[in-house]
Amino acid sequence: MRRMAFVLGVGTLAVLAACGGNPEPAPPPGPDPDSLAAAQAEQARLDSIRRAEEARRDSIRRAEQMRADSIRRAEERARAETQRVRGMIMARIHFDFNRSDIRPGDAEILDQKLALLQANPMVRVRIEGHCDERGSDEYNLALGLRRANAAKDYLVSRGIAPERVEVASFGEERPLVAESNEDAWTQNRRDEFIVTGGGDRLVMGR
Amino acid sequence: MRRSLALALTLVLPAVAQAQDTTAREGVRVGITYRPGTRPGVAVLPGATGLDSLRALVLRDLDYSDLFEVIALPGTDSMASTAGRALNYPLYRALGADFAVEVLGTAEDARLAIHSVSGGALVRDLAAGGLDLSRPDDRLRAHRLTDEIVELTVGTPGIAATRLLFVQGRRIFQVDADGAAVRAVSPSSVKALSPVWAPDGRRFAYMALEEDGQGRLFELAVGSDRPELVFSTGTGLNMTPEYAPDGNGLAFARAVDGQTDLFLVRTRDACCLQRLTVGRFADNLSPAFSPDGSRVAFVSTRPGLPQLYVMAADGTGQELFAPFDYGVTGASYAPAWSPDGQRVTFHRIVEGTPQLFVLDVRTRSARQLTSTGRNEDATWAPDSRHIAFVSNRTGSRQLWVIDLETGRVRQLTRVGATRLPAWSPRLAAADLTTP
Repeated sequence: MRRMAFVLGVGTLAVLAACGGNPEPAPPPGPDPDSLAAAQAEQARLDSIRRAEEARRDSIRRAEQMRADSIRRAEERARAETQRVRGMIMARIHFDFNRSDIRPGDAEILDQKLALLQANPMVRVRIEGHCDERGSDEYNLALGLRRANAAKDYLVSRGIAPERVEVASFGEERPLVAESNEDAWTQNRRDEFIVTGGGDRLVMGR
Repeated sequence: MRRSLALALTLVLPAVAQAQDTTAREGVRVGITYRPGTRPGVAVLPGATGLDSLRALVLRDLDYSDLFEVIALPGTDSMASTAGRALNYPLYRALGADFAVEVLGTAEDARLAIHSVSGGALVRDLAAGGLDLSRPDDRLRAHRLTDEIVELTVGTPGIAATRLLFVQGRRIFQVDADGAAVRAVSPSSVKALSPVWAPDGRRFAYMALEEDGQGRLFELAVGSDRPELVFSTGTGLNMTPEYAPDGNGLAFARAVDGQTDLFLVRTRDACCLQRLTVGRFADNLSPAFSPDGSRVAFVSTRPGLPQLYVMAADGTGQELFAPFDYGVTGASYAPAWSPDGQRVTFHRIVEGTPQLFVLDVRTRSARQLTSTGRNEDATWAPDSRHIAFVSNRTGSRQLWVIDLETGRVRQLTRVGATRLPAWSPRLAAADLTTP
């Protein structure tokens, strides 16, 4: 048993010596009991250092892994939040036939946008007004613009800087539902909200 | 007597029947409104070999002028004349013709001989030269010949040598006034709306509605494929262009202060932008000049619903144009001033559907013209008696033409959904620059 350890120890030393790159290989050591004990002690010390080193590396690796996981989770959360906030900012509002005033239910949707625009001061949006096909083609461009402006006025009058909100109109040129029935018309009379800038990371805010 | 003889002959000309959507096939009269004695009869004689298409074009143009009773003749040569010989005038007189047109010569060198049937003599021999009717320029030249016949016989200028612009899908198209030779004229790269002819018929303006929802105004010379920006606010909505009758100014609506207002700009250099209306809380749009350039009709939402207003060309003296009953009359849109200055067409919502109206400028009384389906966005022919408009009376939105004198209606386009027509002025031979 001891002999086994000795042989192993000598082998290890030889390997270590070889690894040291010593150009003159030492003469094979004799069976000196003192040097044997010293070699064993040295071996134990080296083993202990190696284990400590391994433990340290493991712990660093674990810590890094945890940190990466936590960053990834945070990013996922942020992405999901950005996605959700973007969806809320983009939520459409709708209008009655030939009208451009904000309906009470849609005011709540705009209030939500208002809070989100305040929580995300870098965000810029374009509001696009749309109409159903029943009106006059050219007049619908003006009506669509009026609808976009109605939403903009709502936000600006509650504190959003006007330069953060641009308006546009597509009249009846881009129907959401390309059909000619009441349901399609209802869906087509709308404002769309496009995030045009500062929308990479969005927060819900308070 | 005239009528019974004609019926007895039961002459049917397939080419004419095909060109007409309302032809009474069993009779010789073409046209839905038969009013004997009110219009001169004209017979277009069977032509020389190879000139059938020219004959069909002339015959259709004369018919669409609504100035004649067009008398159909059989396609056989039994009645055909031989060049240089006098016609059997008594026969054509018996058929009700006051004039007769012969198509003579060859496709390479065609001629039109105009006879006065009542006078029993050749009136004029028009040289048509070589005509390849598959070429747009040659078609327009053939239409010019018809207009010369109209001028020679009834003394008023015709409208055959005119074209209409209209919107289909993303692009502006043009079509001859007889409904043939449809082709795209605006680039496919941008969505175009609201085409309008310059008074000289050599260029037109339109609105490009861009991907970001902004509207910019462009001018495009006939035959060119390079639009030029007329005017741009950088961002914003510029729409409903309309040339001043002098051709120098372009009036249009532009989004400003949360509404649209009317502006005027000089097209040559985009100079001298002038604001004509201050809407405050109302939209002002769709300007239409009186032909003398002194007044502008337009749509304003100042009474709540859009209605027709009129003002001096400098923006002063704004007043209601087409009377309406508050809370009763539907919204009114898209005024177009007749070239003779006497009438303004527009469309107004009647029981939820747009219908065409004509406003008498002097008396300011409005008359409803249509009642079947949607009818909207009218444009005047240069003769101040025909208007083209958009109707869905047979399903999809197509262009139709109504003659205000006779009430006759014909379908102009038979392509995909079409809208926003603009009828050109008379196009002179010098304007034939299309490739």
